[in-house]
Amino acid sequence: MPDRRAVLAGLAGMLAMPVQARDFSYVLRPVPVGDGIWVIRGTDAAIAMANGGAIANITVIATAAGTVLVDCGPSLRYGQALKAAAEGVTGRPVTRVYLTHLHPDHIYGAGAFDPAIVAATPALAALLKTEGAGFSDGMYRLLGDWMRGTEFAPPGRIIEGGEEVTGGRRLRLVPLSGHSPADLAILDDRTGILVAGDLVFHDRAPSTPHARLGPWRQALTALKALDHRSTIPGHGPVDPTPATAIDQTRDWLDWLEASLRAAVADGRDMVEAGNMAIPPRFARLAAARYELQRSVSHLYPGIEAELLPRIDPRRP
Amino acid sequence: MIRIAIAATGAVLMAGSAQAQPQRDPLESPTWQGLAASLFGTERVHFDDRVKVEFPAIAEDQHSFPVTIDARGIAGVKRILLFADLNPIPLAIDYSLEAARPYLAARIKLDQRTPVRGAVQLADGSWLVNGGWIDAAGGGCSAPPASRVKGDWAEHLGEMRGIALNGADGTRIRLAFRHPMDTGFVANIPSYHIEHVGLVGAQGRRYGDMQIEASVAEDPAITTIADAATGEEIMVAGNDTNGIGYEGRLKVAEAPAAFAAR
Repeated sequence: MPDRRAVLAGLAGMLAMPVQARDFSYVLRPVPVGDGIWVIRGTDAAIAMANGGAIANITVIATAAGTVLVDCGPSLRYGQALKAAAEGVTGRPVTRVYLTHLHPDHIYGAGAFDPAIVAATPALAALLKTEGAGFSDGMYRLLGDWMRGTEFAPPGRIIEGGEEVTGGRRLRLVPLSGHSPADLAILDDRTGILVAGDLVFHDRAPSTPHARLGPWRQALTALKALDHRSTIPGHGPVDPTPATAIDQTRDWLDWLEASLRAAVADGRDMVEAGNMAIPPRFARLAAARYELQRSVSHLYPGIEAELLPRIDPRRP
Repeated sequence: MIRIAIAATGAVLMAGSAQAQPQRDPLESPTWQGLAASLFGTERVHFDDRVKVEFPAIAEDQHSFPVTIDARGIAGVKRILLFADLNPIPLAIDYSLEAARPYLAARIKLDQRTPVRGAVQLADGSWLVNGGWIDAAGGGCSAPPASRVKGDWAEHLGEMRGIALNGADGTRIRLAFRHPMDTGFVANIPSYHIEHVGLVGAQGRRYGDMQIEASVAEDPAITTIADAATGEEIMVAGNDTNGIGYEGRLKVAEAPAAFAAR
């Protein structure tokens, strides 16, 4: 039988846990996935107080010239913790941060780095000029003190597609679009690992706030044609195969679009569409209902405008 | 989606039916007393989870939040109100139904975290109410509509789309209007919204009339279920607060098999 002091100590430990969570420090664990490349996994959930907005996967790549990051997380605090965690495993200072797209869970940590090393494609940099700061209110509303000190920090370096060789490591930069108006995927030649950004989700339902499904499918086709060996998705576990996550993302997008179009044609309203049955093959996708309901909000009015016939006398 | 169930409904109903005194609001809304007085006057009000008020678990877009009120489990409903307590314009739609099922779906604006509710009125004048809280970012009522920002609202004003599908549970009528639905809370843009829509079938048979407020989302999209026959033509007639009339004609079609089976 446990003695009273042990029980009390256990209780004290349990009580201490929420206090720890409330100090708003991110615990980041870089997990090695190849020679000189690590992933810091995000929580496969919605942005919430419980996860500090740390829902996106962040990639750390070691080179002889310094450490390369792909994306930098949701907040200044995260960016600072990321810098320490990445430099801790590589032993070299961060010299480059690539931004994959505009969403705040991927880029709001940029304030922790010298803007001169934060890089984006021309299309993304242009988009961030108008859209970049706009996520701030929403992020502060959802995350409160996790966001303390966070301000949108625009990228200071413009990169084109093609190859960049840093410290003996060759990275292929592949600008695409579809998940957002300006997406970037990066292929690490040494390991054959594709860092896909949010063009690819894995066992976590894709999100569509700025999506255009046609270009997204084309982007998935382009990614699948790369000679990579495995894929780090923007959200969800690393895919050890070249195409499992890419195919799953496409499957979801195809199902989503066909189902929403059928719902509109059936005269259903948005609440019903968001309540529709999700096929069993997507049961392993985290946040599926949540993302379906979000996608209904993003996509349904456009599909209605396309499919519902005009009934007014001025109809063309 | 949230299917709102209020555990206390039974007890509240019993207490309420003993005498007509104000009931405790299960959602504990800070504005319930005043709002209930303005919406329901001296009529009796009960909270009843047979009034199904369904909406998504999150308000992805505070400018356009879909809500469905389904009271088909209740006989003799003659009127449906859709409202959000803490909106500056709480009432969104006041729907008087005639040859129609008690069902209403629409998109509304949300100005902050608020209860969203449906109320249905029975023939004896009493009201049954249900709803739930939804969290929302601010500003749904005080941001300019997208078509004002884009500047093309006038080009599309009066465009109406719709379908009417006759299936196992009646004829589902889906209507979509282009209209800025200005609340009047945006500087230099006065209130301007669709204020009435009526549905009339063959031989002048009325299916319902809706009074519509500016708290309905831009480009209103509304679903009702009427007792109309396949092949029947339904006249949709409405007007906005500037006196512009809107007219459309909908031919009732047979619902696709998949839908009819539902």
